[in-house]
Amino acid sequence: MPVSKYVITLCDGPSCMQKRSKQVKDVIKVELEKAGLADKVRVITSGCLGMCAKGLIMIVNPGYVIYGNVTEKDIPEIVEKHLLKKKPVARLLIEEDHLYNRFYRVFGDVNFFGKQMRIALRNCGIMDPENVDEYLALRGYEALAKVLTSMKPAEVAAEVKKAGLRGRGGAGFPTGLKWEFTAREKDPVKYLICNADEGDPGAFMDRSMIEGDPHTVIEGMIIGAYAIGAKEGFVYIRAEYPLAVKRLEKALADAKREGFLGDNILGSGFSFDIEIRLGAGAFVCGEETALIHSIEGSRGMPRPRPPFPAQSGLFGKPTVINNVETWANIPVIILDGADWFSSIGTEKSKGTKVFALAGKIKNTGLVEVPMGTTLRQIIYDIGGGIPNDKKFKAVQTGGPSGGCLPEKYLDTQIDYDSLAAAGSIMGSGGMIVIDEDSCMVNMAKFFLQFTQDESCGKCTPCREGTKRMLEILTRITEGKGVDGDIEKLERLGNMIKKSSLCGLGQSAPNPVLSTIKNFRVEYEEHIAAKKCRAGVCEGLVTYEINAKCVGCGACKRVCPTAAIAGSPKTVHVIDQAKCIKCGMCFKTCKFSAITKK
Amino acid sequence: MDKKMITIYIDDKPYQVAAGQTVMQAADKVGFRIPRLCYHPKLSIEGACRVCIVELEGARNFIASCAYPVADGMKIRTNTPELRSARRDIVELILDNHPMDCHTCERDSNCELQRLAYSMGIRKRHFEGEMKHYEKDVSGVAVIRDPNKCILCGRCVRMCSEIQKTSVLGYAHRGFKTVVMPAYNMPFRDSSCTACGQCINVCPTAAFLEKDYTQELFKKLNDKSILKVAQCAPSVRAAIGEAFNIEPGRTMEKQLAAAIRRLGFDYVFDTQFSADLTIMEEANEFLERLQGKGKLPMITSCSSAWMKCLEQYHPDLIDHISTCKSPMSMQSAMVKTYFADKIKRDPKEILSVAFMCCTAKKYEAARPELEVNGMRATDLVITTRELAWMIKSAGIDFLAIKGEEFDHPLGLSSGAGTIFGTTGGVMEAAIRTAYELATGETLLDIEIGAVRGLQGIKEGKVVMDGKEIRVAVAHGLGNAAELLDIARKDPNRYHFIEIMGCPGGCVGGGGQPYANSNSIPLDEECLMKRAEALYTLDRNKTIRRSHENPDIQRLYKEFLGRPGSPASHKLLHTHYKQHFPVGIIPESLKQQKPAEPANK
Repeated sequence: MPVSKYVITLCDGPSCMQKRSKQVKDVIKVELEKAGLADKVRVITSGCLGMCAKGLIMIVNPGYVIYGNVTEKDIPEIVEKHLLKKKPVARLLIEEDHLYNRFYRVFGDVNFFGKQMRIALRNCGIMDPENVDEYLALRGYEALAKVLTSMKPAEVAAEVKKAGLRGRGGAGFPTGLKWEFTAREKDPVKYLICNADEGDPGAFMDRSMIEGDPHTVIEGMIIGAYAIGAKEGFVYIRAEYPLAVKRLEKALADAKREGFLGDNILGSGFSFDIEIRLGAGAFVCGEETALIHSIEGSRGMPRPRPPFPAQSGLFGKPTVINNVETWANIPVIILDGADWFSSIGTEKSKGTKVFALAGKIKNTGLVEVPMGTTLRQIIYDIGGGIPNDKKFKAVQTGGPSGGCLPEKYLDTQIDYDSLAAAGSIMGSGGMIVIDEDSCMVNMAKFFLQFTQDESCGKCTPCREGTKRMLEILTRITEGKGVDGDIEKLERLGNMIKKSSLCGLGQSAPNPVLSTIKNFRVEYEEHIAAKKCRAGVCEGLVTYEINAKCVGCGACKRVCPTAAIAGSPKTVHVIDQAKCIKCGMCFKTCKFSAITKK
Repeated sequence: MDKKMITIYIDDKPYQVAAGQTVMQAADKVGFRIPRLCYHPKLSIEGACRVCIVELEGARNFIASCAYPVADGMKIRTNTPELRSARRDIVELILDNHPMDCHTCERDSNCELQRLAYSMGIRKRHFEGEMKHYEKDVSGVAVIRDPNKCILCGRCVRMCSEIQKTSVLGYAHRGFKTVVMPAYNMPFRDSSCTACGQCINVCPTAAFLEKDYTQELFKKLNDKSILKVAQCAPSVRAAIGEAFNIEPGRTMEKQLAAAIRRLGFDYVFDTQFSADLTIMEEANEFLERLQGKGKLPMITSCSSAWMKCLEQYHPDLIDHISTCKSPMSMQSAMVKTYFADKIKRDPKEILSVAFMCCTAKKYEAARPELEVNGMRATDLVITTRELAWMIKSAGIDFLAIKGEEFDHPLGLSSGAGTIFGTTGGVMEAAIRTAYELATGETLLDIEIGAVRGLQGIKEGKVVMDGKEIRVAVAHGLGNAAELLDIARKDPNRYHFIEIMGCPGGCVGGGGQPYANSNSIPLDEECLMKRAEALYTLDRNKTIRRSHENPDIQRLYKEFLGRPGSPASHKLLHTHYKQHFPVGIIPESLKQQKPAEPANK
């Protein structure tokens, strides 16, 4: 990696790109030219830095100072003050101070980064993902060299097993064991797949890893291929991730050119190649057997297991399929050893986990924490808590098929087993924070709508059962719920969980069952009292005009159904029979004279 | 196959079962009958309906017994309260999204879903809600599709892609909107469907049906101004009894002739007669090809689904196809010419109706090149199922009716004509005649075992005049594709190939009676029994070779001259042309230069 005194790292993940990262980069070039620094300052556009809530993010060396909310207008000041006068631009600082220490040297002092432990994301943000030399400078492909020169395939799998790494795609199956099962199969042709079909709404762990550090994933895959004896591998990635695909293509070409991929890798006699397969955006294709069908050219529909892919996978051959984050952990395990890796985390869940923080939380974005970190630490220390001093209500982990955990579970340690015990799942790492303004019934409905839409339609419980559950939830949120609806939801939910063909169906009822378990009273209020305490379910809200009304008539004018009556300068009245609860009057009133109940 | 015996526990009792099978297969053998729906023994394991779930000790969730392999020591429960409730709810969920019109449904009382719901004890609905609504696709002349009745068990999709290998049907859309359709949701008429009707056979409900022409026929049967002429295919007699709850394998030949006559037909002829006629023409054509006039191997052309399959998927073999029309079309052609002349009626006043085991014959009858003197040769095609219903509807006691004979001059047939109805039958019949035509000697050992039976591809040889004639037989379009690939790779391997579009040949046709409550659709045992019924008929006939049929001899003498004569060619032969399914451009055409756009 060329050493340069002056480095500007500019995030160009999709979120920052929306915040004009491209245009900002152009302005930087112009300003550097003006200041005569054009050939002294290296400008890197990195992949997503994960701190999306504060985008556009820019890191400036000297000092590795992180600036947030940067716009084109700020550039002249940054160039002049920071680069020429060596003084940080205080008003753009994310935290009060700047940062040091290689990776943690870069990020350590910011609460958002300092409490994280970045293993899978270790290179994201500090190197140019499109430059293989920079990856090499960060000890890239060293693990591969070590494996090829000094380890037998079985030793590699054993090391990964010893490290205690479990599949990061959600199910948490021990990775080393999966490799051993596959390696044991007699078939000489074996395949290896990287599952980058990230489909959870709001999740972007895999995308960021590939955008920010594609070589780590590739290196992990080559090591895995060596361990199981595969000659061919596939990355199955969503077509909706164009930047990730572009970087992956570049990285694959670079790796091939440098001899890390292809025939006779590093002169070891071992050959392996990787191809990219684009997914068409079906959530169910994240399920391994559906994904395999999709690569084979069929409709992405799961099939019953056993046989597991380790025995009969892609084209009927033994196949290892792991998620992006799992692959990204492999090189570190090889370099720093299983003992070091297994020292991180809890007894049964080792290492770290990347989460995509979303919802009602100050620092939405990407975080990587050691297993065993509590939900509270993530939400409050790293995530910065709930905006506008609202009250925390629940956290949904594991994407659309995870469970909603209330406040009493905030001190739950994050690992596969503790989350399962609490009634949720680890999933692939979605984490959505819900505050008091959200209605839990509505929330459950939202997630179920997603899984129902994305059900492949093959098995009856998932296809038909989730539809019926959705209908019941819909009628509850519309104020048409009846006695017995909660019991029907539970009956259907438990049946679907136990009877569905694949993981999608088996986990689809989770949001509903967990909200019934933890927020049953909200369901009962909706059904019996026709009340939505969060005021979200429109069918259950009542608007009334109170004594503060000055009779300005503004509400009367915007009401689309002429439900408001009243003479000027007298208190108006809403005819509840005509009111369609659109909320226009509430939004229009300047005197807080309309009460929403 | 793994023959090792292992012990599994079902409902707490140990059972010795063979390893290497599924839980359902093992349970079936020791006296259990786990409820099931999407499972079919001839098709791949789908695991979709989830009706066959059982509890496996140590597993978090229920397992599908149709898909899960047995393992030594595994403990299965098949009948716990939780399982019963889950199974019941699953079946109810299917019902809740299924039209509630059982009384007016074509499959009423013969519907697998209905039977299943009954056995689950669903007496009350809990989860009713939105139901799917699709337009019924009635565009096809043979097969119609009603997605509203579809329960997405996937049997039709698997049948179409695995057994027939035509892959016309597939899934589209997701979640609640999932639906089975041809590519691009094309109307069936325009799709690559071969009209074989096997989807109808395996469908547990009425999502696929033949196009119903019974009302039209009833109307015309009452029209005094027209002459009503029927013909009846061999395998109808071998299977129609099943529609009247008779065990498979009993032929109802004479009852059939009597019942059809009672429906109001003036003449009841036998398609077996024209099967003999087909043999005369086909054997002659084969011998001509053998003498260098035309390409070998010659491939039969009797099966209508195969005709469409050939034009769509195997156009390279068109020159190998016998130009002979199918027996149905030959019969109709004779009805509207030879027979009309004989009774001095204007052929325009004749209604020619064919009772067939086949749905694709409805498609064949509508092929324009089969017209005779500008008239449709076969006016209506009625399947075995439709015929059984017509008989019931007309108040005919089929089981008690006194048997009658078919009418002359198109009703007398040899045993060779009879066995047309089963796979290998055409080949066997053709050999019986060709041998004698070629050698001048009578073939004594006329039962040719090599081409009988339900093996997918059968090979046999006969020595004629010192020359070895190698023949092959395939039934089902999937087996056909496989056989043709063998023939393509080794062009001299066969002289003569018989292909039938349906599993088992016509006895397994798409228009045959539905499986009853104790059997599964296309059960091999049932197909064997139907075939055996035809072989028995053949065995009991004195005339067993087509050329010995005196009515055939008379037909040639009075009307056609000789096999392959100009008159024969005009009336009994046809042609085929390549016809690519919409959306498919073959490699050979892709390489051609694209035409310049006209509007440039």
